[in-house]
Amino acid sequence: MTLDAVIFVISAVVAIFGAAMMIAQRNPVASVLYLILSLVAQSVIYVQLGALFVGVMLVIVYAGAIMVLFLFVIMLLNLRGGEDLGRPSGRISRFTKYAVTLLLFIELIFVIRGVALPPVADVVSSQPDAFGSVRAVSMLLFTRYLYPFQLTGVLMLIAVVGAVVIARKERTDELPEETASEAASPEKSREGTQE
Amino acid sequence: MSVPISAYLTLAAVLFGLGTVGVLISRNVIVLFMCIELMLNAANMALIAFSRALNLMDGHVMVFLVMTVAAAEAAVGLGMIITIHRNRETINIDRFDLMKW
Amino acid sequence: MADYLYLIPLLPLIGFLINGLLIGRLPKSVISAVGCLSVGGSLVLALLSFFELKGMPVEARAIEQTLFAWIPSGSFHVDIAFLLDPLSAVMILVVTGVGFLIHVYSVGYMHHDEGYGRYFAYLNLFTFSMLMLVLANNFLLMFVGWEGVGLCSYLLIGFWFEKKSASDAGKKAFIVNRIGDFGFLLGMFIIFWQVGSLDFAIVMEKAPTVFVAGSGLITAACLLLFVGAIGKSAQIPLFVWLPDAMEGPTPVSALIHAATMVTAGVYMVVRSNVLFMMAPDALLVVAIVGAATALFAATIGLVQNDIKRVLAYSTVSQLGYMFLACGVAAFSAGIFHLMTHAFFKALLFLGAGSVIHAMSSEQDIRKMGGLRKYIPITYWTFVIATLAIVGIPGMSGFFSKDEILWKAFSSGYGHPIFWAIGLLTACLTAFYMFRLVYLTFHGNERMNEETRHHLHESPRSMTVPLMILGVLSVVGGWVGMPSLFGATNFFEHWLDPVTAKGSEIISASVRASGGGDAGLEATLMFVTVALVIGAILLARHLYVRNTEASTRARERSGGLYTLLLNKYYVDEIYNVLVVRPFVGLSTFFWKIVDVLVIDGFVNGLARLGALASDLLRFVQTGRVRSYATLFAAGVVLVIGFLILR
Repeated sequence: MTLDAVIFVISAVVAIFGAAMMIAQRNPVASVLYLILSLVAQSVIYVQLGALFVGVMLVIVYAGAIMVLFLFVIMLLNLRGGEDLGRPSGRISRFTKYAVTLLLFIELIFVIRGVALPPVADVVSSQPDAFGSVRAVSMLLFTRYLYPFQLTGVLMLIAVVGAVVIARKERTDELPEETASEAASPEKSREGTQE
Repeated sequence: MSVPISAYLTLAAVLFGLGTVGVLISRNVIVLFMCIELMLNAANMALIAFSRALNLMDGHVMVFLVMTVAAAEAAVGLGMIITIHRNRETINIDRFDLMKW
Repeated sequence: MADYLYLIPLLPLIGFLINGLLIGRLPKSVISAVGCLSVGGSLVLALLSFFELKGMPVEARAIEQTLFAWIPSGSFHVDIAFLLDPLSAVMILVVTGVGFLIHVYSVGYMHHDEGYGRYFAYLNLFTFSMLMLVLANNFLLMFVGWEGVGLCSYLLIGFWFEKKSASDAGKKAFIVNRIGDFGFLLGMFIIFWQVGSLDFAIVMEKAPTVFVAGSGLITAACLLLFVGAIGKSAQIPLFVWLPDAMEGPTPVSALIHAATMVTAGVYMVVRSNVLFMMAPDALLVVAIVGAATALFAATIGLVQNDIKRVLAYSTVSQLGYMFLACGVAAFSAGIFHLMTHAFFKALLFLGAGSVIHAMSSEQDIRKMGGLRKYIPITYWTFVIATLAIVGIPGMSGFFSKDEILWKAFSSGYGHPIFWAIGLLTACLTAFYMFRLVYLTFHGNERMNEETRHHLHESPRSMTVPLMILGVLSVVGGWVGMPSLFGATNFFEHWLDPVTAKGSEIISASVRASGGGDAGLEATLMFVTVALVIGAILLARHLYVRNTEASTRARERSGGLYTLLLNKYYVDEIYNVLVVRPFVGLSTFFWKIVDVLVIDGFVNGLARLGALASDLLRFVQTGRVRSYATLFAAGVVLVIGFLILR
């Protein structure tokens, strides 16, 4: 067993473990933390595959930002894990779900079987424009994939605006006089902000 | 390297399957979202694996863009969850049935 | 003249457009001027073309003018083109001449009518259609005119459309005509199918070679054409519309139902004489129908009490004479009678109009009597016309009717029975016409005091045409004096170019059996006149001298009288045999096929869609997880499909 194989196996096991535990948790905060664990293990595998930039990106952006966003929302909604989640689904529906997923997995394995690719090439180098480096990614990103890149920028903008609009509280129209009277009566405005 | 590409692809498939199961059976909408992220990540892993096997950088670029989109989607989705929670006081996905007939 | 032929139908068309498009905005004087002068202009042009034609050598007497190619569709080629030959020259003179006089008459007759402008517009449109009909050089264009006069007949019969009987009569005329038109169309189809063209020149040229004389095909074609003529010219069994058509204004009856439209059938048969000569069986049918109709209608006319009805049945009867003539291959005799009939029948109708005008719209002759004192001009012109129709020697009707009777007896296609029927009809005609005269103008005055007070002669716009027609009724026959009297029969020879080709086709045996000597002709003529005068005297006896005798005769004949009065119940029979089953069939198609089947099918489809969507909407549970499951299942299927491929 080479070192690579060992690293791969350990990381794979951790990743799968984290994913499995995430699903089974009752406390959503615990779910988030397990997912972060899985993501970190996946990041190791990325690096092993030579994707230096993307691997680091995974930790910084995904685990660091998106998962934190999830945590923020959980905190905002004040979820503790004991919420009423309704009746669990019937046996038939659960069975079909497992069956469908299993079928999907089997099909994917089938496809993988048909893939004829050589084993992964040699170890990662630290050349500035080596495979998987920042420069290599940006070379492609700003030339051949410029258009999708710009579009993604627009998409970000839309998402930001959309998220703000969707999550906004309903506000009745505030007339200038009201805001002025609010300023004039400090007690009332203070009560208002204690929502 | 002695680890064949199919191993990485299999790992991706397993993670994808786990994500699918999670999406289908969890009633907590937050966990459901995280499972979706998991599925996206599994796809990313497959992309990286192929990229390495074919020695092309295109896969990395694609992963980059996928991550971006995942972030955007997570933001908007969570915004929606907050809104519905505000009105219905629930995170049970089965109660998110506003599009019922 | 070849360049100006198109003006003859065009002038009335312009008159129609002016009067029709500016309805309500023109003063009466302008309307009358436009209406009359357009036809007058056509009359002048018709006279000019007639004289030009007369000046041409006999063999070349045909002027054609092609306006443009109407339907150039592969092997089917039809032009808008006019043909002026001796036959159409006679027709346009009759149409424009009598038509012009009737237009002038209408100025006086319709003066108080609200639809004055509409009337003249329709009248001009009719004149246009009729001229198109007779000037066309091919069957299809003639059919256009044919349909046009049918339409105008409908419009004019139902002129006072607020009256239900009038609008019903208009509909009846149009529908019955349509049945005939269907036959006409089928006949045209056969002709086109075999000959490949509908031009008269080409068809008459090629017919002897394309068709086998006496074969079923040509007989069928001729019979079908004749069906059209039966409809348009009111023969048995499609005559039922003409008596009802008396609902229209009297000048309309004069123009359309006496002088012009109803004669279109005769014109068409004569025009196609080559075809008919090749189908002797069809000719026989024509003769039989003509003779039967002549007799049949005359019997009904014996007992009618409405002045216009008597004249209507008389028209049907005289048309029968014309067809009898055609049926014995005496085509020029038929046209000759057409011409003289136009004169005296129009005069009779216009005279009747004058009577009705004087009687403040009363039409029942039982309420008239002794009118000759009050309306002398009308009376004398009416008498002249009656003498003509009866066939008193010297009058136009005598020459034409006698020609027909002689040919019915002596022609190769004739038979003494035809002559006998014609003779009997002539006697009946004499009887009922003089009955009409005596009851209307002679004897006791049976009208009420108020009507008598209003009796007055018609204005000059009405009496002058009467007088002109009176003159024509006398001299009009002199162009056709038989050789018996030592004169040359101009008329017969005039139409030779048209009938010549047909006479060539007469088989030898037929030709041999035809003809007869002058002595026989004179004898028959004498017999006819004698019997006719006898009938007149009988009428005089019953209706002037000894009026109780007529009442007694009526009572004694009881059932027969009722039968005749009710026109043999033909309308009622048609109603039961044809109309009601047809209405039943239509109702079936409406209630069952249309409502149940078709609507049911379409509505059923819609309901099926609604039902399906009612069921399918349950798929939209709104539950995300179900959607996701279906989604995943779909992915499984797609990937599976891709794997297996």
